[in-house]
Amino acid sequence: MSTLVTESRLADPDRSYRALIEAHRGLSDEDSAALNSRLVLILANHIGEHAVLQEAIALAKQSMEAVGDAPR
Amino acid sequence: MNTRKALYQFGYRRCADQDRPSPAGHPVVVVGAGPVGLCTAIDLAQRGVPVVLLDDADRIGEGSRGICYAKRTLEILDRLGVAEPCLEKGITWKIGKVFQNNDLLYAFDLLPEDGHKMPAFINLQQYYLEHALVERAATLPNLEIRWRNKVIDLQRRNDGATLTVETPEGSYNLDADWVVAADGARSALRGMLGLSFQGEAFEDRFLIADVKMKGDFPPERWFWFDPPFHEGRSALLHKQPDDVWRIDLQLGSDADAKAEQAPERVIPRLRQMLGHDDFLLEWVSVYTFQCRRLERFVHGRVVFAGDAAHQVSPFGARGANSGIQDADNLSWKLASILKGEAPESLIESYDVERSAAADENIGHSTRSTDFIAPRSAQELRFRDATLALARHAPFAKRMVNSGRLSMPSRYDTPLSTPDVDTWSGSAHLGAPLPDAPMRDRNGKSIWLLEALGGEETILHVPNGAVPPNGHRVLVLGDDLIDEHGLFAKRFDASPGSTYFVRPDQHLAARWRHAAPAMIESASRRMRGFEGGPA
Repeated sequence: MSTLVTESRLADPDRSYRALIEAHRGLSDEDSAALNSRLVLILANHIGEHAVLQEAIALAKQSMEAVGDAPR
Repeated sequence: MNTRKALYQFGYRRCADQDRPSPAGHPVVVVGAGPVGLCTAIDLAQRGVPVVLLDDADRIGEGSRGICYAKRTLEILDRLGVAEPCLEKGITWKIGKVFQNNDLLYAFDLLPEDGHKMPAFINLQQYYLEHALVERAATLPNLEIRWRNKVIDLQRRNDGATLTVETPEGSYNLDADWVVAADGARSALRGMLGLSFQGEAFEDRFLIADVKMKGDFPPERWFWFDPPFHEGRSALLHKQPDDVWRIDLQLGSDADAKAEQAPERVIPRLRQMLGHDDFLLEWVSVYTFQCRRLERFVHGRVVFAGDAAHQVSPFGARGANSGIQDADNLSWKLASILKGEAPESLIESYDVERSAAADENIGHSTRSTDFIAPRSAQELRFRDATLALARHAPFAKRMVNSGRLSMPSRYDTPLSTPDVDTWSGSAHLGAPLPDAPMRDRNGKSIWLLEALGGEETILHVPNGAVPPNGHRVLVLGDDLIDEHGLFAKRFDASPGSTYFVRPDQHLAARWRHAAPAMIESASRRMRGFEGGPA
């Protein structure tokens, strides 16, 4: 069983990031949210391991806590 | 609205216990004559244990209620002698279809292989099942049903309980060595013991309607997400006997339960769904549901079963089915304890095995409910994204959840002897045996599960050595002939293979080659003597 990889794995991260941006460009917030939901499901299936998905969820949640805890 | 009159009425009758100066003693008192209480009482009586079954009502037949009975439940009912009338009356089905809007998203077949006595599912109004069970109960001399006998107090003792029972002619006391509380979701006995019933409540309201009509829908389970006739919600259509169709419509969380049940509200909805108004409304009810359970099902000599112990959402038909499987699990254990063949601690395994089953059922039904009735904008987005992707990618089809239909539990239990050999096939340790068509020693057709009945059994494939000894041994090729080779296939059998089967037809142990000591040890373990729960 593998664990979540958090080291950079994309050959050209800027390009991949840009692909996500372009996919959302011109969409309403509602359509963006719908697109993201589809992407999450597709990528979760591609990962194909529940434990890794759980780790990804935990990391995402953790990064949200950090924002919330920062002094405002 | 509840237009259906009671179909079957039973009379209250004074019993001798009411005239005794001191409470009469009984080995088992079962409280609640629903499907679970009736199955438990019949199973115990069949095993030679005298049973008194108390119910506070005197009739059945108000509302169809639970309508889907799964293959494993039918196998249990067959052992209890009532599968035949149920199959005769019921609608057999195995195909489910899931639609989004007007389009078929996918179809599933719940029993794709032949060679099983029982179908995947039948639909049958609960009152027909209950009636068949009551008729069966009446043929058992050691089973006494007392209608309009309402338990109003329960005092626990170390070796049993004393029940105070109210009747139209006043109250009386009963002593029971064991009490089975099968008194439903609103269990009064649960309240008497002060037990909390914890879990999750769902806010969405659902309308359930039984309509009588001549329809040309096939006998399949049809589920719609966002149907054209009920925009943004879900709907379910299911055929029952007597040209009655079960319709289940999601109403949302802000629906007014009373107003929604009014015919002037219901009929237009159904007209829109069915495309005509050539139907009669038989029964309407609005419900919400909970997924919750007792922390423990065994409280000294009081044992909870069915909805009294655990409650699920209706998606997946896991309520009545799991309750009847509770009865199946509990009865042989109680009978063994009462006959002195097993230690009292065997009852703990009921708690272990059926708690795990309840958790599995609650898990499935909670996840189905999350999918069918999303509770936030983002939950809805994920749901709709899954439905949209299902048209393009197989993985998303598997995520579409319109109810995962009841399957029997595979017990991970101290009563099983862990496998030492490797096995393929569809038989699994801790699970009910897969059925197979066989012939008996006279060449007569018999199903494997019929041959097993409710007795602890050893199935042995001969290899030239002396067959094993045991309570009951069936030798393949001799007592049972595997005409089609399905036994061999499903049990991955080879010469010498030996299977040790529990009285509830679950597989307790198996060996490629069994020494007598191994069988003896497995038998003791199955009865809770060793390796059992602490």
